[in-house]
Amino acid sequence: MNLNETTVTKDFHVEAPLTPKRTRWEEFWLLFGQNRLAILGLLIFILFFCCAITGLFLTSGSKPIFDPSLVRLEEKLRPPFSKPNLDLLEPDQVPTLNFYLMGTDDLGRDVFARMLQGAWVSLTVGFVAVGISVLIGIFMGGIAGYFGQHYLKIDHILLTLLLVSGTGLIILDVIRFGAALLLLCLAYIVYAVLTRHRSKKKASPSWGAMFHINAVSVDTLIMRIVDIMLCFPSFFLILTVVAILPASIYNIMIVIGLTSWMGTTRFVRAEFLSLREQDFVAAAKALGIGNFRIIFRHMMPNAVAPVLVSATIGIASAILTEAGLSFLGFGVPPPHATWGNILSNGKNFIFDAPWLTFIPGITILIVVLSFNLFGEGLRDVLNPKLRERH
Amino acid sequence: MKSKNKNNPIILCVKDLKKYFPIRRGFFQKISGWVNAVDGVSFEIERGKTMGLVGESGCGKTTVARLILKLLALDEGKIIYQGIDISGFSEKEMKPHRKEMQIVFQDPFGSLNPRMTVGQSVEEGLRILGLKSHGMRKARLEKLMEMVGMSPDSTDRYPHEFSGGQRQRIGIARALSVEPSLIICDEPISALDVSIQAQIINLLKDLQDQLGLSYLFISHDLNVVGYLCNTIAVMYMGQVMEYASAEDIFDNPHHPYTRSLLAAVPDSEPGKKMEITLPKEDVPDSPAALQGCKYRSMCSMEAPRCRKEQVLFEKIGEKHFVRCWKAMKK
Repeated sequence: MNLNETTVTKDFHVEAPLTPKRTRWEEFWLLFGQNRLAILGLLIFILFFCCAITGLFLTSGSKPIFDPSLVRLEEKLRPPFSKPNLDLLEPDQVPTLNFYLMGTDDLGRDVFARMLQGAWVSLTVGFVAVGISVLIGIFMGGIAGYFGQHYLKIDHILLTLLLVSGTGLIILDVIRFGAALLLLCLAYIVYAVLTRHRSKKKASPSWGAMFHINAVSVDTLIMRIVDIMLCFPSFFLILTVVAILPASIYNIMIVIGLTSWMGTTRFVRAEFLSLREQDFVAAAKALGIGNFRIIFRHMMPNAVAPVLVSATIGIASAILTEAGLSFLGFGVPPPHATWGNILSNGKNFIFDAPWLTFIPGITILIVVLSFNLFGEGLRDVLNPKLRERH
Repeated sequence: MKSKNKNNPIILCVKDLKKYFPIRRGFFQKISGWVNAVDGVSFEIERGKTMGLVGESGCGKTTVARLILKLLALDEGKIIYQGIDISGFSEKEMKPHRKEMQIVFQDPFGSLNPRMTVGQSVEEGLRILGLKSHGMRKARLEKLMEMVGMSPDSTDRYPHEFSGGQRQRIGIARALSVEPSLIICDEPISALDVSIQAQIINLLKDLQDQLGLSYLFISHDLNVVGYLCNTIAVMYMGQVMEYASAEDIFDNPHHPYTRSLLAAVPDSEPGKKMEITLPKEDVPDSPAALQGCKYRSMCSMEAPRCRKEQVLFEKIGEKHFVRCWKAMKK
């Protein structure tokens, strides 16, 4: 190779890039469109989304178009598509569609209206719970993956424990003891700051330094917490927590969210561990970009794909968990309809009025299935290694 | 180029750099040994000049690059950049100095963020440089792309739309974005086609002439290093075996390893038989073999003294250092 002979002029321009210009979004749709089941899942998901939102408007307010809590005792357990007996009903008790699309339940309430109301509950529970779990998961996983090799000092851990227990005691009305713990913390912090200033000059060992030794790495701590959380049978944990807390839809969302972040954490940590060693992250560090910008601008976009997939499937399982809780009577309090408590009511009349069981049951099945299909389609598109199989 | 200390003729001085990686074994991850990845590396780079770092794969070249950039914490030694000792700097202290030294990576596929457009990747550096307005950044970005021979309209494309050589140009543009004085080229051409290699090398040379850059050029291709570099350091198993000007290395090599490297360079004349002294055994890794001279098990002139004594890196001429006592006696 004789390099002296090859010369490149300075205003040398490289010809157009290799492939036709196609954005990632277009490429995504091209691949996603090939997976028919995933498309079906997406369509059902969109339909469900629209139903839930229109359902919210149609069933709420002081005079809703579909009243889910209107009791017509004369019209109980009517099968789907049956006409109401207009002689027995007051004018304002007549259903809006002039027939019962999905029948009525044991109190003569319109099941269609109740399903619409329940759709919104399922949707919000699914999204908010998964939102919470994804946020926690990304945060914990990001820290474990990026700062995992840092070590926590024993004194810092002790301090955090004291602070947390002190605050907890004050909240639980054990004010004197809690305040004592907090004061202890404060005293230690003041002491630590003072000795640090002194030790910079004299470098004399203080007794505080005795505890200033490495205990566990951040990665170990977070991943062991994940392991512990995974050991709990989470459905029973939720049952216990819901039994203590006042029954409300928000509590259920939060509890489901707080017990399902472990999978996301593991995914994000694994992605971060491999991304951290990539050259482009080293280049970003060499440029002098800050840690947080590297995490959120450079690494996170490369790590969201598996998170998105697990979130989609997580929504399905959150909907299922909420339905299960409502079925057992721990969910949303009774006047409000959810798919779970419609199913739960219906089971008493399964031979007389099978639609009360089958309609919510099959709806839950279809929605959960569509989310799972959509999630798997996403995974296939976003993971180039699995693409070849189709 | 902006730099605080323009008079200092030595832009980077590395003194006896050492980095050990622990080998962890067993249930408690106890440290059972150490890998001496970099075990005594010293060299200097003059302003506006190029220093070549050559050696076989796994000898610690890339680790040296990462140590200099402080992407890895060093265990011993000194890194003096423009008269400032940066070896003890914390991450915070290092930040203002980061933009002075940049790196171009070997793998053009892993070195660009696949989720950012080329423009965004290069703009990150311009942000660091302190160009606040979007217009200023855009103008500078187009200038940079032109400097490395890319059309300005390629800035809103993603890395996967480019070929290896084009990506390497983009990597160079990103390195140039913060207006550094020193660029560490970590085997920038070994993943490219031969014809593209020539383009990239010429680009690097042109940029050096235009901007007065200094290079640390890491490679295992002696031809390229001979063409591009003013001084050369030859590394073997984490140690610099010989450090001299390019002419001295090629015309007057002292260390047996340098000689065997030069002998292994294929001649341009086809059919000509090469005289290669093959190493006696494979690269040693047992602790006993690591005592004394690291090269002795492969060396053709091994003596009992090589087995016992730690060989020192000593001066034998004007800017000519060798780590071999036999070569010094000559």
